[in-house]
Amino acid sequence: MKVEAKLLLYLGLFFGAMGIVYWIWSGENAGGMMLMASMALGFLPGGYYLWWGHRMTARPSDLDDASIADGAGIVETFPGSSIWPFTLGCGTFFVGLSLVFGVWFAVPAVALIVWAMLGAVSESRRGGGHTHNAHG
Amino acid sequence: MTELIERPAADGGDVVVVDDHGGAGHDAHEHHGPSGLLKWLTTTDHKVIGLSYTVTSVLMLVIGGFLAELIRIQLATPNSTFVSLAEYNQLFTMHGSLMIYLFAGPFAFGGLANIIVPLQIGAPDMAFPRLNALSYWLYLSGSLIMLLGFVVAGGAADFGWVGYAPLSNALYSPGAGADLWIAALLLTGFSAIFTGVNLCATVFYLRAPGMTMFRMPIFTWNLLVVGILILLAFPVLTAGLVMLYCDRHFGTHIYTVHGGGVPVLWQHIFWFWGHPEVYILALPFFGMVTEVIAAFSKKPVFGYKGMIFATITIAALSLGVWAHHMFTTGVVLLPFFSIMSLLIAVPTGIKIFNWIGTMWGGKVRLETAMLFAIGFVITFLIGGLTGIYLASPPLDFFTHDTYFVVAHFHSVVLALVMGGMAGLYYWGPKVTGYRLNEPLGKIQFWLWFIGAQMMVVPQYILGLLGMPRRIAVYPNDPQWATLNQWATAGAILMGVSTLVFVVNFLYSWKRYPVGNNPWDAQTLEWFTTSPPPHHNYYSLPPIRSERPTWDYNHPDQRSLAHGHHEEPAPAGAPA
Amino acid sequence: MHSTPSRPPGAGRTTARRGRLGALALIGAAMLLSGCTEPSFGAYKSVTSQGRSTFHLWQGFSIGAIVIGAFTLLLILWAALRFRARGNDETLPRQTQYHLPLEVTYTVIPILIVFALFAATVVVENKVTANPPPATVIRVYAFQWGWQFTYPSTNFATPTVGFSIRGQETNTPEMVMPQGENVRIILQSVDVVHGFYVRQFNFSRYALPGVQNIFTFNAQSTGTFFGQCTQLCGLYHSLMFFKVRVVTPAAYQQWLAAELAAAPITSSIAASASVRQQLDSGVPVKPAIGAGVN
Repeated sequence: MKVEAKLLLYLGLFFGAMGIVYWIWSGENAGGMMLMASMALGFLPGGYYLWWGHRMTARPSDLDDASIADGAGIVETFPGSSIWPFTLGCGTFFVGLSLVFGVWFAVPAVALIVWAMLGAVSESRRGGGHTHNAHG
Repeated sequence: MTELIERPAADGGDVVVVDDHGGAGHDAHEHHGPSGLLKWLTTTDHKVIGLSYTVTSVLMLVIGGFLAELIRIQLATPNSTFVSLAEYNQLFTMHGSLMIYLFAGPFAFGGLANIIVPLQIGAPDMAFPRLNALSYWLYLSGSLIMLLGFVVAGGAADFGWVGYAPLSNALYSPGAGADLWIAALLLTGFSAIFTGVNLCATVFYLRAPGMTMFRMPIFTWNLLVVGILILLAFPVLTAGLVMLYCDRHFGTHIYTVHGGGVPVLWQHIFWFWGHPEVYILALPFFGMVTEVIAAFSKKPVFGYKGMIFATITIAALSLGVWAHHMFTTGVVLLPFFSIMSLLIAVPTGIKIFNWIGTMWGGKVRLETAMLFAIGFVITFLIGGLTGIYLASPPLDFFTHDTYFVVAHFHSVVLALVMGGMAGLYYWGPKVTGYRLNEPLGKIQFWLWFIGAQMMVVPQYILGLLGMPRRIAVYPNDPQWATLNQWATAGAILMGVSTLVFVVNFLYSWKRYPVGNNPWDAQTLEWFTTSPPPHHNYYSLPPIRSERPTWDYNHPDQRSLAHGHHEEPAPAGAPA
Repeated sequence: MHSTPSRPPGAGRTTARRGRLGALALIGAAMLLSGCTEPSFGAYKSVTSQGRSTFHLWQGFSIGAIVIGAFTLLLILWAALRFRARGNDETLPRQTQYHLPLEVTYTVIPILIVFALFAATVVVENKVTANPPPATVIRVYAFQWGWQFTYPSTNFATPTVGFSIRGQETNTPEMVMPQGENVRIILQSVDVVHGFYVRQFNFSRYALPGVQNIFTFNAQSTGTFFGQCTQLCGLYHSLMFFKVRVVTPAAYQQWLAAELAAAPITSSIAASASVRQQLDSGVPVKPAIGAGVN
């Protein structure tokens, strides 16, 4: 994770330096503030990756000479087909309408969003409609 | 329905990647699950989502293009009454908004990126597939909401795609159209932010064994940087929009003088997002063009590390140039933004020279994808050079808000569309398993390329002659009329080009099947089938450079090693 | 360079060089022909001294842009056409991936060019934005959808007009200025953001609500010059014209005296002192626009 960490940290450092120069030179607070916040966005995950990168063993995707067999085994669990993103999307559509046409649209909006949140969480917990185990 | 993705161990060499339905070679088409419409509504497959994004965004391109044709008809004659003043303000607002918010971004980082990035790094899917699907539904919702503006009383938003305060507040732009515009951008903004999360997480966590960061293709590198830029910039726009909404409806005084606010704050916030946004738009197309030029020159990307350095530099600098859109406000620090904006020309130049270097000494095949890529480089060069003028405040003072600026950014975005077409012609066969017709593609290219220059060159001249932007009518000056007519003719050529593309798409439907690697291309995605199986790879080659497919197909033609690596092993040695 | 593409000896090289020179000659001719009598590269020579400096900066930038652009464009076309795959040629070219000295060169040279452009920019920018002691001060108020020019030392204001059609000169708000003297403009908006743009002065500046933008013109020649609003400001943005009429200092004093003698307009936006005070303190004034605007 060292490359990832360096990428984010150097970006954060650059934004911080640019932000300080800009803020002092211009005295303009909005831009100065936004640049310092950008610095924080680089430092936060970058610092985490730096900390974690030192503590983890190199993954096969970090090694120059890793073979495909090194990455054998379960890669990840990926949620398969799921109705909840669409449901949540419908809910946010109604949120958009509620911003424009009247707050009563927030009723179906909140209903759909809550329903989708509950559905998605329970889907994650029990692995969805039916669970599959890998064989072989 | 969750799926476990497993790579069974083997004795070495290629390994089979299977989905949860069995052992090696199991036919993924026996996948249980929904079909038809329900399958589309519940998909979490990045390829399907990416395809949905591509189709929807191209539809937005067509609608936005239609609005452009209406604009150009209005401007073809002086004092035209083809549309009213009010309608015209809606036309250019919605044209710009559709093109930038609903076409260019989603096509670049939601469409092709979704499909190609996991393939290029050997991942089975994006890191957060359901979040990915949600991104698409947010984008579709936002698009519908923005288009609703055309059917409400008072019409669509009409304050320009930038929505400057105070014009965009409740006093000067009452009506639902403006609020629909804001709501649409809030939704599409979150769509983009979630895609940014997915891009970063996927690239950081799901690379295949041996696919180190400095072996990723340039397209993926560019999308990683785009993901970071999205996370930096889009929340700023969202915050600014929320504040605008509050000013409009909750009686706050953030952007109004009365009550102690600062109207120009909107411009600072908007452009702090707005300038990284244009690089969010441009970098994916840069990446597409890089891949196409390398593949069709039969050479590696020239200056691979320099390209990555240039991309990161562009992204870093882009956060510090926003007020070059505000030089004429009189309240920004001119020299700071001037030097930063001029400096961005340097990494952009590095990229252009690297594209030249990639072609240099190669075996260039001028197929449609490559024509579009070269057309992109030429047109972007012109647009980029005119951008350098705009980075100088005194020169910006008399070109700002004239057709010179309109021509500059149209040079650039028309180039981006060419880059997008290069991407479609190049990766279309990988995604669908079928090529497009080549002669029709070449006709489409020439119509677009010639039409683009025919439109922007007169517009540069018009701007220098003093024609402001966003005006519905102009005085009866024969020189202005002639130049505007040339521009309209160019726009019509581009419209015809788009029709040719649609014809090509329909004509070529399932007509020219292709194998895994019709272009003898170099990056990992060309190793798998066309189209790829459900979780992308039945087998992976060894990954020892940034061109794993090329190394596999041409083991005696490896690229010259990077400075600190050893010479690659000769053909036949174990990976 | 690491890669030496195979070229046919002798004749091929000469043909290539001739082709390149021919292309350069064509481009040079086109440039000369399009530049007509003087290499203005499209911009206007400008009436004001500030605008004249801007014009020279434009010329310098243009020379650089054309040289760099033509050079790069030729490289692109050369690379795309010279190295085309011939027919059924299946051999692979040398897989050159990098050339560090070359890459460093085309990183460093653009940086140097950028600093040169920036230095020139700063010099001109300081001239254009300077505000030396003025002979005359004119306050410009932009509003939806017209302009008002106020001469504070005299408490005189031009009539308020709504939008005007260019060509109907009697309707267009007109600002009168003396030639050869520093004229300071104090620009302000009454409502939304507008753009004060005079093409022949090579200049524009936003009229912002709550902000006074101050700049100086020193017009070198007399004449009437058209201006227009360049920042989208609503329905009649396209019709927000104005004129600037530069006259000799003597004629200017005559004009000023004559206008003072006539009754000053009181129904205008900024004529009354109390309204002006509100504007200056940042309180917005929703103008009662006169006839002709709906």
